[in-house]
Amino acid sequence: MTDLRDRIVPIDTTDDPPPPRRPVPAMITSLAKHAGLIALAVVMLYPVIWMVASSLRPDDQIFRSPGLVLDSLETRNYGEGWSALASPFGHYLLNSAIVVLGCIIGNLVSCSMAAYAFARLEFSGKKVWFGLMLGTIMLPIHVIIVPQYIIFSNLGWVNTFLPLIVPKLLATDAFFVFLMVQFIRGLPRELDEAARIDGAGHPRIFLQVILPLMLPALATTTIFTFIWTWNDFFSQLIYLTDPGMYTVPVALRSFVDATVSTSWGSMFAMSVVSLLPIFLAFLIGQRYLVKGIATTGIK
Amino acid sequence: MSALGELRRLGASRAGQAHQRDNKAAFLFLLPWFAGLLLITAGPVAASFVLGFTDYNLLQPPEFNGLENIQRMLTDERLHHSLAVTFTYVLISVPLQLAAALGLAMLLDRGLRGLAFYRSAFYLPSLLGSSVAIAVLWRQIFGAEGLFNQLLGLFGVSARGWISDPDTALSTLIVLNVWTFGAPMVIFLAGLRQIPVMYYEAASVDGAGRWTQFRKITLPLLSPIIFFNLVLQIIHAFQSFTQAFVVSGGTGGPSDSTMFYTLYLYQRGFHNFDMGYASALAWLLLIIIAAFTAVNFWAAKRWVFYDD
Repeated sequence: MTDLRDRIVPIDTTDDPPPPRRPVPAMITSLAKHAGLIALAVVMLYPVIWMVASSLRPDDQIFRSPGLVLDSLETRNYGEGWSALASPFGHYLLNSAIVVLGCIIGNLVSCSMAAYAFARLEFSGKKVWFGLMLGTIMLPIHVIIVPQYIIFSNLGWVNTFLPLIVPKLLATDAFFVFLMVQFIRGLPRELDEAARIDGAGHPRIFLQVILPLMLPALATTTIFTFIWTWNDFFSQLIYLTDPGMYTVPVALRSFVDATVSTSWGSMFAMSVVSLLPIFLAFLIGQRYLVKGIATTGIK
Repeated sequence: MSALGELRRLGASRAGQAHQRDNKAAFLFLLPWFAGLLLITAGPVAASFVLGFTDYNLLQPPEFNGLENIQRMLTDERLHHSLAVTFTYVLISVPLQLAAALGLAMLLDRGLRGLAFYRSAFYLPSLLGSSVAIAVLWRQIFGAEGLFNQLLGLFGVSARGWISDPDTALSTLIVLNVWTFGAPMVIFLAGLRQIPVMYYEAASVDGAGRWTQFRKITLPLLSPIIFFNLVLQIIHAFQSFTQAFVVSGGTGGPSDSTMFYTLYLYQRGFHNFDMGYASALAWLLLIIIAAFTAVNFWAAKRWVFYDD
């Protein structure tokens, strides 16, 4: 670790050599620190990189190759995995995409409306409602899943996407309501006042003043909803039992059970396919992800 | 200070000044949320309380059976076993995960070259960690012929089936949870950035060493965030499901060694359609999580330092 006084000067991420005036021991500890951090990063990411490499190997080699070097580029696993289940894997990707899209729209609309009310309006019992909303952030889905399942199965919604999407239309992802409340509170009230003086009512203030300004919060919500819904397994496992309705996680899991260790190659291939959207979302939305968890954790 | 701080403040503040109320507008804006509260969250919580005192298999109407479900819980040895598994998992993996998160956040603090790269590399696993794909990978890595054994083989350590051995199966899931330390790490990093540098400068001038600075400045000022992460990760860990489900092929095996509470609940409710008992189990989970959180809040009075 470098001396604290050195650390006060922000060092940017260019590859220039360190300032020459730095004492030698500090440089050595800094080098050691970087070596350690890089080693840890490699250890952490190795399994995932190895899975990608293994998906490009013939099956019999997967269990004999702990390394990453490929003898040949075998894309057969992808073809085999794609058509290993009742429907081509694209079908499950499409199902997941539909669910994800519905959840994103639901969260954006319903959570922003609720957040506007909590952040900007005064109403009876506001504190109690707000407290309840915060409380539901910590409510485990397992506590509500049984009665919820009973309701949805009586409505005939099992094996449709409705049990997965409708709750999002009803602002039940309180985490995002809270995130947006925090964001709206940071916007200057003078903007609302100005719009009000111009004769705008709450719907117009919400749509034309607040919403355009809260795009970063909406982006954070979009990207988190995408990743969480794409990864969600528990509720999709419970509500989707018809293979035609399977989403990616449920399909992947049925793949595991069906192949019983025969074809790790094609299973890895489809695992890689299923992680690709998450990875892309991470690359595109990194800024919002980091900001999102940082602000809800801090402010 | 986070959702928890918000709750704390709600409790502490007195009724505010009389504002002009917009009850009608607020009701309209909150209409979806109210419906959700009634039908999706609070309503079902209340309903599962009632169902907890019934025998219900979805086909026949629920039948009130008094305290039978509770008596059954007291003698259900698989339940006791799954509680032990879950507590072990939570109490070991959460402290390890948070220690890793805090340690790395300290290392990555201010002005480190390549900070953005390291942060991304350490954060990525926490996005992937809850997916079925990673659980599939874990099954291979810690299988008898898996990657882990191959790597150990390079050092001459003999192979064993980490997942097929009841003594080690749970450890592989603990490793998986620790692997996802990136999310709390990012929160710690943001928290560290809020500590004014001049505190350290002043301490440094007074001759305080690095360890003293960590104990007297960093820890107290970061304690609300440590608390936030602790509460959140405990709640989160109690709800782990996917990894145990996929790694054990839905059984919680071998010998129930990965039978997480949620997995047991799933089996009772959605395999055996024993909805009454599953509701009672769900409530027990709620009570356990609430109790853990309450103890956390109580203990927080002794170690969490609020600046505001």
